[in-house]
Amino acid sequence: MLKDEDRIFQNLYNDFGAELDSAKKRGDWLETKEIFNKGRSWIIEEIKTSQLRGRGGAGFPTGLKWSFAPKEVGSKPHYLVINADESEPGTCKDRDILRFEPHKLIEGCLIASYAVNAHTCYIYIRGEYFKEGQKLQKAIDEAYSNGLIGKNASSTGWDFDIFIHYGAGAYICGEETALLESLEGNKGQPRLKPPFPALIGLYGCPTIINNVETIAVVPTILRRGGKWFSSLGREKNTGTKIFCISGNVNNPCNVEEEMGVPLKDLIEKHAGGVVGGWDNLKAVIPGGSSMPLLPKEVCDTIKMDFDACVENKTGLGTAGIVVINKDQDIIKCMARIARFYKHESCGQCTPCREGSGWMWRMLERMAKGEATRDEVDMLMDVTKQIEGHTICAFGEGSSWPVQGLIRNFKDEILERNKYDPLIQRKKEVPYLVDQHLLEKENA
Amino acid sequence: MSLKKISKNQPDNFEFDSENLEEAEKIITNYPKGKQKSAVMALLYIAQKQNNNWIPLSAMKYIAKMLDMPYIKVYEVATFYSMYNLTPVGDYFFQVCTTTPCMIRGAYKLVDVCKKRISENESEISKNGKSSWMEVECLGACVNSPMVQINDDYFEDLDEEKFSKIIDEIDKNQKPKPGSYRGRLSSEPENIRKTLLSNKNA
Repeated sequence: MLKDEDRIFQNLYNDFGAELDSAKKRGDWLETKEIFNKGRSWIIEEIKTSQLRGRGGAGFPTGLKWSFAPKEVGSKPHYLVINADESEPGTCKDRDILRFEPHKLIEGCLIASYAVNAHTCYIYIRGEYFKEGQKLQKAIDEAYSNGLIGKNASSTGWDFDIFIHYGAGAYICGEETALLESLEGNKGQPRLKPPFPALIGLYGCPTIINNVETIAVVPTILRRGGKWFSSLGREKNTGTKIFCISGNVNNPCNVEEEMGVPLKDLIEKHAGGVVGGWDNLKAVIPGGSSMPLLPKEVCDTIKMDFDACVENKTGLGTAGIVVINKDQDIIKCMARIARFYKHESCGQCTPCREGSGWMWRMLERMAKGEATRDEVDMLMDVTKQIEGHTICAFGEGSSWPVQGLIRNFKDEILERNKYDPLIQRKKEVPYLVDQHLLEKENA
Repeated sequence: MSLKKISKNQPDNFEFDSENLEEAEKIITNYPKGKQKSAVMALLYIAQKQNNNWIPLSAMKYIAKMLDMPYIKVYEVATFYSMYNLTPVGDYFFQVCTTTPCMIRGAYKLVDVCKKRISENESEISKNGKSSWMEVECLGACVNSPMVQINDDYFEDLDEEKFSKIIDEIDKNQKPKPGSYRGRLSSEPENIRKTLLSNKNA
């Protein structure tokens, strides 16, 4: 287990309060100027040494992302945007940072903005986190009135402003280009990439977008050194991570642990075990609802980091772990996730707009045992038509959980859905026609 | 992409009151000159707050004029995002999260309570005229599930009985306390905490 002194978020459980005074006692805002004095390239190099990867889901190396920002400011200003639109089912880590460790985030924003040459930062918070946003605003006000940010922030000579922008309940705005659209006052539909936001982002200006947790760990990494951070975990999967363990466990919780911690340890030690005991475990969604689920055999041994998850055909994602035990109907659980994606599809690309609804309706029927045997393969085909055929990663996010279900629990679906195919004569009709609609003309 | 019903009863006029106008003008300055359109989401929130938690069409027209953008662009934003109510809701607006992490911890039992205590159907004002409810997607408090958002507040770690009591309190014009209903202070593991122990009660 990670030593307490190596935990970055000492106030994760709000033992001290989030005010500036107590944040300073925990080491925030300590000689921020010293960090500035070491220079922009030192900061980026140190983050590269730490091998910090983005905590928002995709796991892109943060130092590398920062180095994409143009070195010199041209005719357009640079922007830093913080993605606090935490909406991935199973994930609630950023919420605790916003309400309990806001000063880590604000200081991280200041340092990151210097590293990427931005004087303005927008923090995009999901609209439902209104109270969390208020707490963050209070911390921002404190930072302004103490000269930590604003003109000549922390006596560094750097001018820096932070503004909060509230979302309004659209999951898709967690996708970085949709977030930018939303910030510009449009409906949140993702943009085509390239151009990437680092060159053409907010208002057409170079923009670096990072997750809350990524930015909040930056000041600690720079104080304790990139080497310290990279000594935790393993190569390319370094540092600590907040894991959110929810679902059928005895004590659901958020906990900061070392990368590569065994999943079983997280569930058994921190979350009080699976309801009904470890043998009652059915499956685990390891990284928020977009990531394919893991069957129990894998859960016994898997270590939670980016690469180990990929080796097991899933992903670490946001590290939102949803534990599902044998008392639940796994098909119904996945049907509910499919309904989530159907609700949240932005409607821009046809495969996603239509396909997310198909997946949901087919899974609902499968949960009730109303589907035919051949529909399982048909459903797999639908997921393959969505995956990779959309502008943003929502297509993957919505089809992977369904693929995970079919990959691991196909037998269970087939056992429940024993009907013969409705239309046997129409074999030449491709899968992508809703065959049950043809029923009448075949009857 | 959420489907939205626009209310049939629309007020003819809408204007920000002086306090809200000041707030709106301040928010516009958060964005660069000429990019005032960025404030549309915030202004829609202000309109919603002023108008009893829903946004009339006249408010969209008013905001469009204020931000110098086409009315249809404001309408586009208002209909795209699920948190803008375009039809009246109860003074107490219950949003029950039923996405999988909440569902497997009993969120649909809370939906049943809503059906019994508030109204049979979603988005229907209760008989006492106070409340309405709807099912929503993940509210991002999964380790404190099941949970319900009532107006701006999160009510966490609920069960049918505790949730029913909250509705009782609202019916009696009392203010129920937001937060965890199992006595948790945050997202810490209840009773078995193994980390940051020296901080505890520090």
